[in-house]
Amino acid sequence: MSRHTDTVANAETTPELEQPYSELGLKTDEYFRIREILGRRPTSAELAMYSVMWSEHCSYKSSKVHLRQFGDKKPETEALLVGIGENAGVVDIGEGWAVTFKVESHNHPSYIEPYQGAATGIGGIVRDILSMGARPVAVMDPLRFGAADHPDTRRVLPGIVAGISGYGNCLGLPNIGGEIVFDASYQGNPLVNALCVGTMRHEDIHLASAKGVGNLVILYGAKTGGDGIGGVSVLASETFAEGGPTKRPAVQVGDPFMEKLLIECTLEVLRAGLVEGIQDLGGAGISCATSELASNGEGGMHVRLDQVPLRDASLTPEEILMSESQERMCAIVTPEKVDAFLAICRKWDVTADVIGEVTATGRLVIEWHGEIIVDVPPRTVAHDGPVYERPFARPSWQDSLQADGPERLARPSTAAEIRDTVLTLVGSPNLASKTWVTSQYDRYVLGNTVLAQPEDAGVIRVDEKTGLGVALATDCNGRFAKLDPYNGAKLALAEAYRNVATAGAAPLAVTNCLNFGSPEDPDVMWQFSEAVRGLADGCLELGTPVTGGNVSFYNQTGSTPINPTPVVGVLGVIQDVARRTPMAFRASDDVVLVLGESRDEFAGGEWAHVIHGHLGGLPPVVDLGRERSLGELLVAASVGSLITAAHDVSDAGIVQTLVEMALRAGVGALVRIPEGVDPFVFLLSESTARAVVTVPTSTLGAFESLAGDHGVPVTRIGIVGAAGDDLIVESVYGASATWTLTELRTTADATLPALFA
Amino acid sequence: MARVIVDVMLKNEILDPQGKAVEGALARLGLAGVTSVRQGKSFSLELEGDIDESRLAQIHELAGSLLSNPVIEDYVIREDVR
Repeated sequence: MSRHTDTVANAETTPELEQPYSELGLKTDEYFRIREILGRRPTSAELAMYSVMWSEHCSYKSSKVHLRQFGDKKPETEALLVGIGENAGVVDIGEGWAVTFKVESHNHPSYIEPYQGAATGIGGIVRDILSMGARPVAVMDPLRFGAADHPDTRRVLPGIVAGISGYGNCLGLPNIGGEIVFDASYQGNPLVNALCVGTMRHEDIHLASAKGVGNLVILYGAKTGGDGIGGVSVLASETFAEGGPTKRPAVQVGDPFMEKLLIECTLEVLRAGLVEGIQDLGGAGISCATSELASNGEGGMHVRLDQVPLRDASLTPEEILMSESQERMCAIVTPEKVDAFLAICRKWDVTADVIGEVTATGRLVIEWHGEIIVDVPPRTVAHDGPVYERPFARPSWQDSLQADGPERLARPSTAAEIRDTVLTLVGSPNLASKTWVTSQYDRYVLGNTVLAQPEDAGVIRVDEKTGLGVALATDCNGRFAKLDPYNGAKLALAEAYRNVATAGAAPLAVTNCLNFGSPEDPDVMWQFSEAVRGLADGCLELGTPVTGGNVSFYNQTGSTPINPTPVVGVLGVIQDVARRTPMAFRASDDVVLVLGESRDEFAGGEWAHVIHGHLGGLPPVVDLGRERSLGELLVAASVGSLITAAHDVSDAGIVQTLVEMALRAGVGALVRIPEGVDPFVFLLSESTARAVVTVPTSTLGAFESLAGDHGVPVTRIGIVGAAGDDLIVESVYGASATWTLTELRTTADATLPALFA
Repeated sequence: MARVIVDVMLKNEILDPQGKAVEGALARLGLAGVTSVRQGKSFSLELEGDIDESRLAQIHELAGSLLSNPVIEDYVIREDVR
């Protein structure tokens, strides 16, 4: 080791040394705050740690002041076992079972290297779930891409999808849902969000804290290499510079087979009671794990960094601290249990090394070949980073955007025009079949998948004896959020909530991934603050607490931010998965009913987007009271076995819902537009709090009376199978609109393969 | 006829799960003392006529876009003299 090491002693005697803090992403005042905390200049290793931990991605410095609302407005609930702040929130689903779930972004790495970026996104969120003590049981991926026919979309989409399937399939986790949305605003900045859900018994919950002076710190999993250095500070926390320097690659390569060993190894050491505290290594690697564990525990830790097993012996201590090598975990173990811990690691072929111990000094001290290179209060690294009250202001263009409603757009006015419009929509990228993507994912591995894409929610059986299960859905219409970020966030929540209830599960808790542009832009910051306020208010109203999530800023190309995209994930509980409600028409002669009211609401919807390329006006009115009533009705109808199918009404309205139910079943329906309603509005409006259900004639009376009890309006609109293999809508401006299932299927199935296969 | 070989390897700092798997297998099969295995790929291009600078530049462009992923891989071009 001939390289000069910058020690604490050295830092004390060379206060004037110029340090490359701005290259590491630190602002001048942040750098001087570090000097103030330490009473001297930081060593290069300390500077590396602070720079990654104080990055936007790790410190939430721009979002913190807003995210507090999720705690302040938290609804009263006994279901929440672990709240925001831990690796992932944990909720009680009954019968002694707990579930942990979280969604995170991996947007920037996936843009640079689609396959590996998306793959390691799965790896990272799976370790978050694992570190709570849960067995990961399923993943979901909400994805956003630029225009479907844009060359860059063709570059990134196949790689991202292959990365998700490559990593998830190798790991043996079913991918049960998510979204694929195309919009030009994501060009050059695709969103790759990854959600994981894990299950455990209540007594198996573990937290990230380094308790017990004298306990040992064990790093286990893959060896540390030079990959991903500065990923969080450089990649996820700044706007992309065109053709910027490529020093070390910020993209990591994952190894799903290593992750599988890590899962089994971790669950075995946890179940054997060998672990006092545990933390996964994700963004900011060892810097994050050691400072957070120390900060949450006794307050001190002594680490010998030269004990970290390396893939590349030439790495400097700074690089080791910042490396984001995948498939690594950190555990706190009492001295007498270390041998047993290491033996289990050996059994699973997992490298494990003691790299330090817990102390009561209140300092995180890191040693490198006998010299002290870090000596800091861990809290200042992990939790007391900078907090910014970023200026925000309602954008000057917001009023004119909202004033430019879809009322002026030409509407179809004959049955023939409706027929053509619907076919165009069915084949448009956002509404077309996503089978080309989802068939690349293993949706049924592990044998507990009850419902998966394209169903409204993914449903997983948790307890094989009782049939207890969970349902999950993620949603967000970024166009709604652009028109009105406050209500846009509520609309995302409403849709995910509705999707979970549609499957027959009672919504319980919320996670979120807030994808926005640069927080340094007051317009973006206003969108962000409004969206957080809307989501917090909405969660309070629906009684579903936010259990955790992730913020991803700097999603923009040049000065153009993406549409604000607060992706909301809702988790629900279903007591017996055998009674889940699928979306497909089940039996001929079942009655088709619309639940809820349809109003003239087209702003931000698919019709305006696809047919007119228009975005303006105010999004559909969101009424969470009605959503709640509808949700309770759908769950009660499932419990009472009153309905045979249900499907949420959202993108492109009731007609799209009917098309999807028919295609899923291979059976059509004969439907009639109700009296006194405009056929176009009835079929294509995106009014909220609506669903289509099918009910056998034997339970029709019971269902309608139940709907009356819940105050949900019911309209009978047709009969399943009464038009054979056709979907026919009667009374469309005095004529009928007819689609054969074959033409609908051909249209819906052709789009994605033509673009990406 | 000329022949050009393009060797593509993952950059040094990038994890190579396949190489690691081979490394593990070598040890299991009794070949001790191998401390690292990196796996790459090799392309052999046969050309009409001789190689000149403009064709070499073309091959470089091809190697840096189609044959390798410059984000995580490096390539080396060599002339195959047989």
